[in-house]
Amino acid sequence: MKVDIILCGVGGQGILSIATIIGEAAMNENLYIKQAEVHGMSQRGGDVQSNLRISSDPIASDLIPKGGADVIISMEPMEALRYLPYLSPEGWVITSSVPFVNIPNYPDQKDVNDALSTLSHVVSIDIERLSKDNGIPRSSNVILLGAAQHAIGIDYDKLEAAVRRVFARKGTEIVEANVKALAIGRDARRQ
Amino acid sequence: MKKLLLGDEAIAQGAIDAGLSGVYAYPGTPSTEITEYIQGSPIARERDIHSRWCTNEKTAMEAALGMSFMGKRAMVCMKHVGLNVCADPFVNSGMTGVNGGLVVVVADDPSMHSSQDEQDSRFYGKFALIPTFEPSSQQEAYEMMAAAFDYSEQQCLPVLMRVTTRMAHSRAVVEVKDVPRQENELNYNAVAANWVLLPANARRRNDKVVAQQEQLEEDAANSAYNVYFEGHDKTLGIIASGIAYNYVRENFPDGCPFPLLKVSQYPLPRRFVRRLMEECERVLVVEEGQPFIEEQVRGVYESATILGRLTGELPRTGELTPDCVSDSLGMPKSTHSGIPSIVVPRPPALCQGCGHRDVYTALNQVLEEYDNARVFGDIGCYTLGFLPPYRAIHSCVDMGASITMAKGAADAGQWPSVAVIGDSTFTHSGMTGLLDAVNENADITVIISDNLTTAMTGGQDSAGTNKFEAICLGLGVAPEHVRVVVPLPKNMPEITNIIREEINYHGVSVIIPRRECIQTFKRKAKENRKS
Repeated sequence: MKVDIILCGVGGQGILSIATIIGEAAMNENLYIKQAEVHGMSQRGGDVQSNLRISSDPIASDLIPKGGADVIISMEPMEALRYLPYLSPEGWVITSSVPFVNIPNYPDQKDVNDALSTLSHVVSIDIERLSKDNGIPRSSNVILLGAAQHAIGIDYDKLEAAVRRVFARKGTEIVEANVKALAIGRDARRQ
Repeated sequence: MKKLLLGDEAIAQGAIDAGLSGVYAYPGTPSTEITEYIQGSPIARERDIHSRWCTNEKTAMEAALGMSFMGKRAMVCMKHVGLNVCADPFVNSGMTGVNGGLVVVVADDPSMHSSQDEQDSRFYGKFALIPTFEPSSQQEAYEMMAAAFDYSEQQCLPVLMRVTTRMAHSRAVVEVKDVPRQENELNYNAVAANWVLLPANARRRNDKVVAQQEQLEEDAANSAYNVYFEGHDKTLGIIASGIAYNYVRENFPDGCPFPLLKVSQYPLPRRFVRRLMEECERVLVVEEGQPFIEEQVRGVYESATILGRLTGELPRTGELTPDCVSDSLGMPKSTHSGIPSIVVPRPPALCQGCGHRDVYTALNQVLEEYDNARVFGDIGCYTLGFLPPYRAIHSCVDMGASITMAKGAADAGQWPSVAVIGDSTFTHSGMTGLLDAVNENADITVIISDNLTTAMTGGQDSAGTNKFEAICLGLGVAPEHVRVVVPLPKNMPEITNIIREEINYHGVSVIIPRRECIQTFKRKAKENRKS
């Protein structure tokens, strides 16, 4: 298997936690991993992205070639669009539907939604509302991961086990909140 | 044992496992995580490996050289521009040589993700006659650290380990040793005649190190990190160094048909280059950074046509990608869509609640009262004060330049001449400039915006915390012109009054707005809730 994933969003939205969970699951499956991250200045509210590649064979490049990503997982709808050149023609876009407006010239939300709706495989979810309604306000990123599970080539049970391991040191309450978030995301995608 | 490690972390683990006794560093993207990993490492704590942050890269380099003098293994870490700061001890460490292994890790930042230039540190290695390693993968980076320390001790020279952003900040699974090597014992083998660089000693050392270069190149030719891969299609040969090698491999999933020379250890092994030139009509040089190899081979070997960054096959500037390497190899273009036109840039900004915001608000308000005020900025989060809505600074060049540039401007007749510098940048390289200003009673106003941390790189300890008033007074700033304020919106009348008073004072004044970085404040609050 070989899956190339672009994770993106705005600095501080927690895309690296999603990467950590996928990485943990992949490592447990003895898969090869390469995950290029962005640190430094962009983390101050700028656009951030991470290239995550997992494969059963050795991976050469840390970066995903254009047109090569199987899935874009985005914490913000306009940010999902920014990386479309990297998406393969049959690739999936899994995105939060909630705009993060910290710039004065943020585009009209309708235009963003229209651009997303032209894509063949897109899942757009209000992860903010789902996380608040379910009493897990800090786990919206894991809801998004749940919605992307089908596209990243790792079994649901294995991803859930990875969530448990990653959050284990933060206590049972946080583990269960994130396990719940993963299921909510999966179910939201199916609806 | 397998670990999922950033390139930076693989280097740190490799150093610990190679018997490191001390890491010396100043934070700088993309190198910061090397030292942070050692600070958090249980084995490093158990062994009491030195890992406290240094005031700047020069103090770091010199302390590491001192540790090496005593026979122990030391590492220095920095971003590429940090090597400019410690260029003096770095270059001269090639002259003194080393006793315990000394590895200088420098993380270059092509495409300038978080930097002011894209200088290539391999030039420094060549310039200082120091062997240079450039890993192509996280696993190689890990293994190279042990090799670099051994080689440093074998050759009695420091080793430069050059990485770039995509190696430093990319994770991969790394197989690491279960048991780290023991640290070196203290020894007294350092020979003073090598370490006292009086001209007579230095000339002797210079001859010795220059004579050593042939051996270094021979070692590079025999190095396991430099590999000549045969290829059946001789219409093209490829030289690929460091992570550029991966981008070439990415384009040939079923194997590269062309002869391919992978370079990860310098001096450049010319024997391999000569062979490639003889075998192939054209040779493509793929390297991350500036055309370092390309310039060395161009014009020396005329037998083949050399292609690369200087001939337009690859972009002259910016970091490599699998796509631009694919283009340089003449591969068919992939089909992909463009970025929809509605997508706009999202530049970074100062955090909500950040004290620097209040400093700029106050400064802008006061400076409106003057014609042609100039504000000399510096390196840190507050450089973002250049962007809207503040548009508050007129320069940002290098660490500490705000104070000295403000002084030079004042010497030219500029008034008001204001410097804005952060706390960590001030102790890094601003203090000496302030002494210059004091000695001439320059008409400048210095704002040390003190958020009690090195914020830009993620909140590392700042060397001068709690010492700024004492430092300024010690350097000779008049006590009545060292003013401390708390940058909060409610204090705006007081802050603006103080700024106005000190601009109107025709001499050196220092204003210290002091409030903790909002990021470290939040992090500490979270930790306190947990405990």
